Amino acid sequence: MTDAAISVSGLDHFFGEGEARKQALFEVNLEVARGSLTILMGPSGSGKTTLLTLMGCLRAVQAGSIRLLDRELSSSDESLRIDMRRRLGFIFQAHNLHDSLTARQNVMMGLQVHGRGDPTRQALAVDHVLQRLGLGERLDYLPANLSGGQKQRVAIARALVSNPDIIFADEPTAALDAVSGLAAVQLFKDLGRARGTTTVMVTHDPRILDLADRVVTLEDGRIVNSRHAPV
Amino acid sequence: MTAFLTRLFGRLPVGYLQLTHNRGRLLAALAGVAFANVLVFVQLGLAGAMAESVAIPYRLFKPDLLLVSPAESEVLSDAATLPRQRLYQAMVHPDIKGGTSIYMARATWISGRNASSSIQFFGLAPDATPFFQDALAAPLVSLSLPDTALVDTLTRFVDMQSYAKAHPEAPVPFEFQNRQLGAVGTVSIGGGFGGDGVFLVSDQTFFRLFPKRSSATPSHILLALAPGADPTRVAAELARAFPPDTVRIRTVTQATGQEIRHQMTKRPTGLVFAFGVLIGVIVGIVIAYQVLSADVADHVREYATFKAMGFRQRFFVSIILEEAIILAAIGFWPGLAFSHLFYTTLASLTNIPIFMTPERAVAVFFGTIIACSVSGLLAMRKLAAAEPAELF
Repeated sequence: MTDAAISVSGLDHFFGEGEARKQALFEVNLEVARGSLTILMGPSGSGKTTLLTLMGCLRAVQAGSIRLLDRELSSSDESLRIDMRRRLGFIFQAHNLHDSLTARQNVMMGLQVHGRGDPTRQALAVDHVLQRLGLGERLDYLPANLSGGQKQRVAIARALVSNPDIIFADEPTAALDAVSGLAAVQLFKDLGRARGTTTVMVTHDPRILDLADRVVTLEDGRIVNSRHAPV
Repeated sequence: MTAFLTRLFGRLPVGYLQLTHNRGRLLAALAGVAFANVLVFVQLGLAGAMAESVAIPYRLFKPDLLLVSPAESEVLSDAATLPRQRLYQAMVHPDIKGGTSIYMARATWISGRNASSSIQFFGLAPDATPFFQDALAAPLVSLSLPDTALVDTLTRFVDMQSYAKAHPEAPVPFEFQNRQLGAVGTVSIGGGFGGDGVFLVSDQTFFRLFPKRSSATPSHILLALAPGADPTRVAAELARAFPPDTVRIRTVTQATGQEIRHQMTKRPTGLVFAFGVLIGVIVGIVIAYQVLSADVADHVREYATFKAMGFRQRFFVSIILEEAIILAAIGFWPGLAFSHLFYTTLASLTNIPIFMTPERAVAVFFGTIIACSVSGLLAMRKLAAAEPAELF
């Protein structure tokens, strides 16, 4: 087992076919250490979301290599990518909560992807993570009855409840106020220290840059800057 | 219910929660499934009533061999005549215990002003009681009196109340084709789809009512076999004894089954019922598909999120099938209730033997589940639009 949770080398990616074919990533090389909090930055169209989806096993690797949790993705099939995704947590900018499931049920789905478990222990885990995110009073609320920030915290809880090895997040603090946003990112940091959970996050939120272990900037499909936080 | 289904499936009942979340859509879907069920039940009920009305007259006979002219042999009431000589030829066979002729004709009974009914007449020998169902034994004997009849209490377009007390000692008079007849008893047969009622008369009364008919040319010949005789073997031996292609010999059970098949597959009414069932099934599939595909389309982002989380295709199949089965299982009951009401109303208005059978209810229930499941599997195609990479 290496110290890198994610190791990207010589990664190219293209969209479209024929004359419409467009290259989105050029020779990207990146190592993400286990337990670290890495922030991807860059203007719109810079390739950060494409890189995030490739590392998150949501797209097939076309050229180059990605090793994720010591598994090579470049020759992986859909079945392996699904298996790998079960070890990851995703937080989307739009919360994508299921409108007919309560907060508790939405978070429970994060556990049920792993199959049948002890219902009592699962319920305790769900309630614990929701309470940790300040939603202890909203367990049985439907998304329609939650504020935008509360919905986003439910989505964060859904990603965290199964103790993923890596969290991929897209603007997870966009819908949160300053205090809640910082608390959420601090939670990712704490998980990194306590469990070695790695977090890769796309954000434009300057309030949380100081918490990152590393900030990677992409432009036009290339990494143009990569700086580690001062020790 | 959520807790029960969670225990049953070993996971959250996402399909159930999705369906019940949008009550308006759920009610519309259930109404649609129930409507499709009613369509299917109505057609199956009518088809069943046709089969039952075909079978009822045959049940007058005890199940031995039935001889009929091969010219028009499929429908009991449409049979061409055959020579009575065949009866005597058959009696020579050592396994034939006895035989009798049956004469059939249809005529219109004008029972009052603007009231007419198409009546199927059976002319029977009053002393041939062993060939007919036991309940007919005593009434048949009373037909020995000239110009008497056993009238059908289920005859349409006639108030048969006044005939209810008909008795050999106190016949109820009525006029038929300018002849004065007396009802000396009743039967409950019904006209089915081919007529309005059935009257039983003696062969002698039959010839007075239908003077063009001759005792030498019955419509059918019934043969009773000796105990232990094999009907198939005897039928084959008789067929060899008769001139080729002059007689069709079947057991009463075979004749009943063949007429039902003929009515269902060769006659327009049977085909109409079959198409009606098909249309009901298609309507049900389309309605369930519309509901389920709209539900998938409304939740594409949520499904894409589940895909991103690592749920496999079988999870999505199970959700859609869960919704389909719930729709089918709940929508079936109002459909069953409305259909039962329809059967009862139609039976009382027309006297056709239409009624709900447990077999039909169970078949439609499972058919509904299969149809809704097919809809669900078709709706699964919409899931292809749930692309997790597009969520970022």
